[in-house]
Amino acid sequence: MKYFGSGHGACPGCGLPIAVKTVLNALDGKVFAVNSTGCLEIISSQYGKNAWNVPYIHSLFENPAAVAAGVEAALKALKRKDEGYVVVFAGDGATADIGIGTLSGAFDRNHDILYICLDNEAYQNTGHQQSGLTPPGESTTTTPAGKVLPGKIGGKKDMISIAVAHGIPYVASSSVGYVADIRRKVKKAVKFEGAKYIQIHSPCVTGWGIDGEMSIKVARLAVETALYPLVEYEYGKLTSVRKIKERKPVEEYLKQQRRFRHLFKHPKGKEMIEMLQKFADENAEKYGLDLKKDEE
Amino acid sequence: MKIKINLGAISEPMQSEKLKTGDWGTHYPVVDKEKCTACKTCEQYCPDLCIEVEEFGEEKYAAVDYNYCKGCGICSSVCPFEAIKMELKDIFKFEVC
Amino acid sequence: MKQVVRGFYSVAYAVKLCKPNVICAYPITPQTEIVENLAAMYANGELGDAEYITAESEFGAASMLVGASAAGARVFTATCSQGLILMSEVLFNAAGMRLPIVLVNTNRALSAPLSIWNDHQDSMAMRDAGIMQVYVENNQEAHDMIPQAYKVAENRKVLLPFMICMDGYKLTHAYEPVDLLDQETVDSFLPPYEPAAYMTTRKPLAFGCYAPPHIYMEFRVAMQQAMERARDVMLEVYKEWAEVSGRDWGGHIVVDYPDSKIFVVAMGSVVGLLRKVVEELRNEGLSVGLIKIRTFRPFPIDELRKALKDAERVVALDRSVSFGYEGPVSIELKSAIYGHSSAEVYSYTVGLGGRDMPKDFLEGIIRDVVEGKEKPGFAFKGHHDFEEVVP
Repeated sequence: MKYFGSGHGACPGCGLPIAVKTVLNALDGKVFAVNSTGCLEIISSQYGKNAWNVPYIHSLFENPAAVAAGVEAALKALKRKDEGYVVVFAGDGATADIGIGTLSGAFDRNHDILYICLDNEAYQNTGHQQSGLTPPGESTTTTPAGKVLPGKIGGKKDMISIAVAHGIPYVASSSVGYVADIRRKVKKAVKFEGAKYIQIHSPCVTGWGIDGEMSIKVARLAVETALYPLVEYEYGKLTSVRKIKERKPVEEYLKQQRRFRHLFKHPKGKEMIEMLQKFADENAEKYGLDLKKDEE
Repeated sequence: MKIKINLGAISEPMQSEKLKTGDWGTHYPVVDKEKCTACKTCEQYCPDLCIEVEEFGEEKYAAVDYNYCKGCGICSSVCPFEAIKMELKDIFKFEVC
Repeated sequence: MKQVVRGFYSVAYAVKLCKPNVICAYPITPQTEIVENLAAMYANGELGDAEYITAESEFGAASMLVGASAAGARVFTATCSQGLILMSEVLFNAAGMRLPIVLVNTNRALSAPLSIWNDHQDSMAMRDAGIMQVYVENNQEAHDMIPQAYKVAENRKVLLPFMICMDGYKLTHAYEPVDLLDQETVDSFLPPYEPAAYMTTRKPLAFGCYAPPHIYMEFRVAMQQAMERARDVMLEVYKEWAEVSGRDWGGHIVVDYPDSKIFVVAMGSVVGLLRKVVEELRNEGLSVGLIKIRTFRPFPIDELRKALKDAERVVALDRSVSFGYEGPVSIELKSAIYGHSSAEVYSYTVGLGGRDMPKDFLEGIIRDVVEGKEKPGFAFKGHHDFEEVVP
């Protein structure tokens, strides 16, 4: 049974449909999908060209968490909760920037929803503008690499910690590079009553500047360099991490993508790469990502 | 002529399948039946939900629905057995004089 | 059963009797006690299976109602002023999605300067949203409008949000005797909600799809048609209500002394006082009538044309202003009667931000028009003369 149709408008090699179909399949289509404005909405929900085979709603850019809370409240009041899980599909901009107010409200009230943040690290639908989840050093159209600036200055907002700080029962990160990981985490998440947050790293071929066939490889490199650690929290406690056998230097990941290419020739590029490497090292340390010899 | 529109722009499910995206790409995947182990890795990763492991009599291997395949090459890149090759569509094979 | 209650309670109690499934709100003065009353009913288990949610903002509250309404729930919220403006993006969206959300707006001025007091600037800013708007005169009318609002909004010919506008403080905080409805009366009038289409896994429809240029306009035209159909649906519902409750609030407008040469037009709580003023002027032998606009959206075009056909002068009192033009009620009234009446229109914006409108003030305005001391056109009334200086 297909819960998401072919013929949608995603770019060839886009990570979003991979994440979406994996989530929908993991839940056997028992899903009320709530979508924010953005790439996924545009590629899947044009009037008369709807790609969804589950009940779906799109309202605005910044309110998917609240809309989902409303759907959940209605199902509860109407005694229809058995019909399916309320699942949000929102982009990183909708999640970490413009919609963080409604997200925080829904987490605080602990609505029984699964919030999936599809993190392609910028506003890709409108042509690659920086979001709170754009990593430092990335050249976007609103943080372009110029003669002085080496792309985005600042950090990538730590939404995982923000979600954990709300005290919700389940928080995890995952990646389109590892669909089995997405599947396992989604199945696990819905067993918890209350708000669940899964942030899925999802390559954007046009924004990142990669060939479609490279999507999965690049997504995996983000994990293998510890730039995108795959972790799991239950009731605020770190319960599992995806270990890395031989951690790769961040350059291996960066050099594959047009959005970071300037770092290899920009006067401040070296500094930025070192900063990203430090960020990866800190992730490895914080989460204990490196597989030690005796653990093998 | 009168057209019908749905209340509040509500859409019926799975209408996207009317849109054949098979002509988007420059390349198309070719599955080597001998090498394919029907492991379904390609099926799981295909963003266009157009490659599926199917049974053909005694055989079982990945089959591509070219109506929708955009030729991204993910199936080929994730295949653990190198059983899928991307080939250039004939229409793009032209010589520059 | 007649009881002396505050405006808040007259609303909250009627909402309870309409058995909404999801209530979602955020407190804001002077609306707060409505949702406090509902929260207390929820805490006491008086709202049946309903879910009551305190949102993180009005924006969140309205968004939750979009989700709940699309999932098939009857919903309610109340807000005003900054809260309504914060909701506005969602409410425009809800109207386009044709969700029969019912809300009460306890009219309050907009910032800046910040003012918690009453005028109509907030709801007027929403007039292009595709939301029906009815302005009530007193708390009994507010109470009675709640079940009627659901019945109109949920009618398959309409399916648009419905906003009941009641003046903040003047009504919300006022103790008035209100004949509180009983459950049987409301049940006999308002059937349980059966959504036309809703989110369900049994028939997976997609709500909130986007429309490219080749199809967008049709959906907006359909909204206008729904609004047009609402005119008749409202009248049918109002009539049925009069039969069921024994209280007839009239149609889209209510005209006192239809044969008058001069009419005062107003909305909301000030109508009560104006009625008294007009009565006294008539006792002096002056030909002054009163038009209370109840339904502001859809705008009562035909009714106003008919009522003002032979009028000579119209005093239109606005509680808001469209800066750079004049008050919205005046603008729309003039547009409605254009070519149908030769009446001169005197547009006055009064009572902004809770500025007091005592009886002699209102009487003075009308008397000046009656006595020919004013020229037709727009003016603010009731403010001090001032000079703006940079500190």
